[in-house]
Amino acid sequence: MSEYIPIKEYYDVVIVGAGHAGCEAALACARMGMETVVFTVSVDSIALMPCNPNIGGSSKGHLVREIDAIGGEMGKVIDKTFIQSKMLNKSKGPAVHSLRAQADKADYSRLMRQRLEAQEHLTIVQQEASEIMTEDGHVTGVRTVSGAYYYAKAVVLCTGVYLKARCIYGEVSQYTGPNGLMAANHLSQSLTDLGIRLTRFKTGTPARIDGRTIDFSKMQIQEGDKTVVPFSFSTDPADVQIDQVPCYLTYTNENTHKIIRDNIDRSPLYAGVIKSTGPRYCPSIEDKVMRFAEKDKHQVFIEPEGLYTNEMYIDGMSSSMPEDVQHAMYRSVAGLENARIVRNAYAIEYDCLAYGQLKSSLEVKAVKGLFSAGQFNGSSGYEEAAAQGLIAGINAAREIQGKAPIILDRSESYIGVLIDDLVTKENLEPYRMMTSRSEYRLLLRQDNADLRLRRYGYEAGLISENEYAALLSMEQAIADEIARVSAINIGGNEKVQHFLEEYGSSRLNSGVSLKDLICRPELDYEKTAAIDPDRPELSARVREQVNIEIKYAGYIERQKKQVEQFRKLEKKVIPDDIDYDDVKSLRLEARQKLKEFRPGSIGQASRLSGVTPADVTMILVYLEKYYVNHKA
Amino acid sequence: MKTHTIHYGVVKDEDHIIDEALVMIMRGPRTYTAEDTVEIDCHGGPAAMKQVLKAVLSHGARPADPGEFTKRAFLNGRIDLSEAEAVMDVIDARNDYALKSAVKVLRGSVKRDISEIRDMILSHLARIEASLDDPEHLGLEEDFDEEDTYVEDYLEPEKMLADTYRSVLGGDIDAAIRKIDRMTENYDNGRLLKEGIRTVILGKPNAGKSSLLNCLSGEERAIVTDIAGTTRDILEETVNMGGLTLILTDTAGIRDTDEVVERIGVERAKKAAEEADLILFVADSSRPFDENDEAILTEIKDRKAIALLNKSDLEAVVTPADIRKYAEMPVITISAKNESGFEELQNSIKHLFDTGALSYNEESFIANERQRQALVEAKASLLQVKQSLDLRLPEDFYAIDLTDAYSALGTILGEEVGEDVINEIFSRFCMGK
Repeated sequence: MSEYIPIKEYYDVVIVGAGHAGCEAALACARMGMETVVFTVSVDSIALMPCNPNIGGSSKGHLVREIDAIGGEMGKVIDKTFIQSKMLNKSKGPAVHSLRAQADKADYSRLMRQRLEAQEHLTIVQQEASEIMTEDGHVTGVRTVSGAYYYAKAVVLCTGVYLKARCIYGEVSQYTGPNGLMAANHLSQSLTDLGIRLTRFKTGTPARIDGRTIDFSKMQIQEGDKTVVPFSFSTDPADVQIDQVPCYLTYTNENTHKIIRDNIDRSPLYAGVIKSTGPRYCPSIEDKVMRFAEKDKHQVFIEPEGLYTNEMYIDGMSSSMPEDVQHAMYRSVAGLENARIVRNAYAIEYDCLAYGQLKSSLEVKAVKGLFSAGQFNGSSGYEEAAAQGLIAGINAAREIQGKAPIILDRSESYIGVLIDDLVTKENLEPYRMMTSRSEYRLLLRQDNADLRLRRYGYEAGLISENEYAALLSMEQAIADEIARVSAINIGGNEKVQHFLEEYGSSRLNSGVSLKDLICRPELDYEKTAAIDPDRPELSARVREQVNIEIKYAGYIERQKKQVEQFRKLEKKVIPDDIDYDDVKSLRLEARQKLKEFRPGSIGQASRLSGVTPADVTMILVYLEKYYVNHKA
Repeated sequence: MKTHTIHYGVVKDEDHIIDEALVMIMRGPRTYTAEDTVEIDCHGGPAAMKQVLKAVLSHGARPADPGEFTKRAFLNGRIDLSEAEAVMDVIDARNDYALKSAVKVLRGSVKRDISEIRDMILSHLARIEASLDDPEHLGLEEDFDEEDTYVEDYLEPEKMLADTYRSVLGGDIDAAIRKIDRMTENYDNGRLLKEGIRTVILGKPNAGKSSLLNCLSGEERAIVTDIAGTTRDILEETVNMGGLTLILTDTAGIRDTDEVVERIGVERAKKAAEEADLILFVADSSRPFDENDEAILTEIKDRKAIALLNKSDLEAVVTPADIRKYAEMPVITISAKNESGFEELQNSIKHLFDTGALSYNEESFIANERQRQALVEAKASLLQVKQSLDLRLPEDFYAIDLTDAYSALGTILGEEVGEDVINEIFSRFCMGK
């Protein structure tokens, strides 16, 4: 019998998991010069899309743009692997325009895997992490189920839904990850031993149906946009004008709802088999039917999983009903009468981090050098995961470099909103990005993500000198052009009056600036080119920014004022060593919350639920005293 | 010592006994401020009390700032901001009416009214946000799309035509602005009540203005002579009339004058009249109406005013009809000399303020300048939404200013926006796929 000799490997960073968070984290660390190893339960599941086949969507599209601005990979990969693309909310204001693409799932995963494989300093290992090693409260590496030691200065947990994963539909319950992949059953115990509190969340996915058995003639066809806008700022728009594949829209009906109601006692969710919390924004069809009983139909989108397969994703009907009920309910939908189910719908439960244990850098408070991202942090969605993975990766590397973490705030990015919410909110369900979560969204547009955030990517070393110089010159061009049109005086000559009449705009009685004319609702920057003979030739991006900045100046100004207010509180730092027992007159609930979350600033403290403005006043008063004493 | 107990003993400064006293020990948080509290109940008169106070102060205590106890109660979370302010007003209340309103605030009628507007805003925010977050299910569509079904009720979780929605939102905002206007108007009235009704006595020289003031205040304050133009300074007097506080101002008579000292008085009188809440116009009924009377009546015909025909003890040459030729106002016959007609005057004032345009008894009103300012801000934001609606901008622009209005109103109640919108969206709309 041979002796077991565990291997010992030495890296700078270990990334646990190679989903959307893990891929961004691994690429960021390696690109920042860190020797990086990424563990995955299966190399074939790198960047897997186990649920919907979309990247982007309302507010999620913003996240992808922001990831790209900072130097992440998601936008670049989807630009090469999408099969349909749409700009949502196009008729609304520029702040809520949002890109959503249908991905070819296999293409997406394969291309991202290739990007990882091609990356210098990055090693992929198919292994399950079983233990986080620490010394004096600092992470020292990871042990694998095989017994191997991987020593590292920082570890990023991107475990997704794999920790003690359990898939459920009806009476069927299997301890596996999505698509029957192996669950990770060891790491939870190690984390608990480190004093990290875990909770259990649930999410779900609908059935996949054989496309040959769907009658699309009974559905509405949903085409992509005629002109596709790429996600990545570095993708040439000419490269994304491809032949697209349609999706289809159909509806549930009274019969569908009756089938569900009649069998609701067999739903694991309603029978109490699933006790963990599911998301409110992405309810299962049985949830929709029970909670919104007055609705006589729900939308169902039929979306291709890719060009490589005829499997179709039944968007809007996720479920954990028993197999026979699933068959009956899907077949009750118009166009699905003869549907053959390839994969049943199921719910999945998993271990993740309980709230209140994260720093804004995405470092876990309990263990120095241990970072985490994605569904492990209580979020849901590919884009939310990727955004956190990027930031966690950057900050893990920066900690090793001895640099301060990069922390984006709520007033400059959706990523900042996402992370701040994960840090300060008592998330009792998987967290999804929504435009309504962002207070300053007029400033946080998808069209200006690079103008907002590229400098962070440059600072981290993920954006090259050339890319950054290009951004600065674009910024200058925008400012110059706004100044130019503000200075141009337009008189009421024949040509101008004729131009105004053409657009149904009122005639001029006296001279106004060109800027004022652009502000008129019926006019814009592009239209006024006709009366602006000296207009320089500018890129489409510059023209777009000039138009938005001028047209919505009043609103943008108001938001900037709100941001100033917000920053005031954000800048008031609460020292790490504050003793909340020493702060007089806090209400009991507030004191508990503050001790639990230990917010980094007054702004964060004010966002904790259970902390009232009066409590914030008390902390402010205390800090006055604190700083006086600490100066002396 | 046990909390909430009373102890008998003597107050000593060094070895010297000042007074016998009862001392109450109350430990927080079950006290008004939620902090530990000691109350000393003295036995003797003001002199002994002063000595006890002096002794306490010399041992390190300090006198409370005005309103400090309430402030502490607020900071300690015992009471919310609007309650704290109402408590301050109870302390400050100068009369029955103000007290009543202050108590009403405590009972939360401001809270109720403002909450109603906030709920309205919140449900619109939820509608708008839902449409932006899930346009394919809940979009507000500019054009009619035959394939889709649309609803008329914005609370329905369905697609809706943007124009239909705009008119619903516009109507709701108009209603909210009306409510806010009423609250700010009532605030101005509320302020009247708290500080007293600023009342100016006007009339040509020697009509009996100062005599009237003296009668009302019961003191010889103004110099009363038969020579026209003797009152050159403005005299102020606080008078209680049937539960209402009047801050009475007597002025020099208004008439064209070259005399410098008197002209200053006249100008001040005109200004005082402009700022007054109530004008008492005094005319000498024994002398014929002249251009001075006419000038004053023309000046005040749109103001809240009561005409007093003075000197009813003499033979009258001026009648109520003469006054009503110039202005609609109650006319009361009085005699400052015989002190007759004053009950009628009191009833008339009460009538004007009780049942007239001011119906504050039934209305809630905000209690202080901070709250008023928040209402002004909320209204400005709502007007901004109206403007965005008029420009037919898309709904995400309404959300910006609706949120501002929502949080401005929230500051009155000491609340903030937080997760409200998100929770509202989920409870009402079936989100996501």
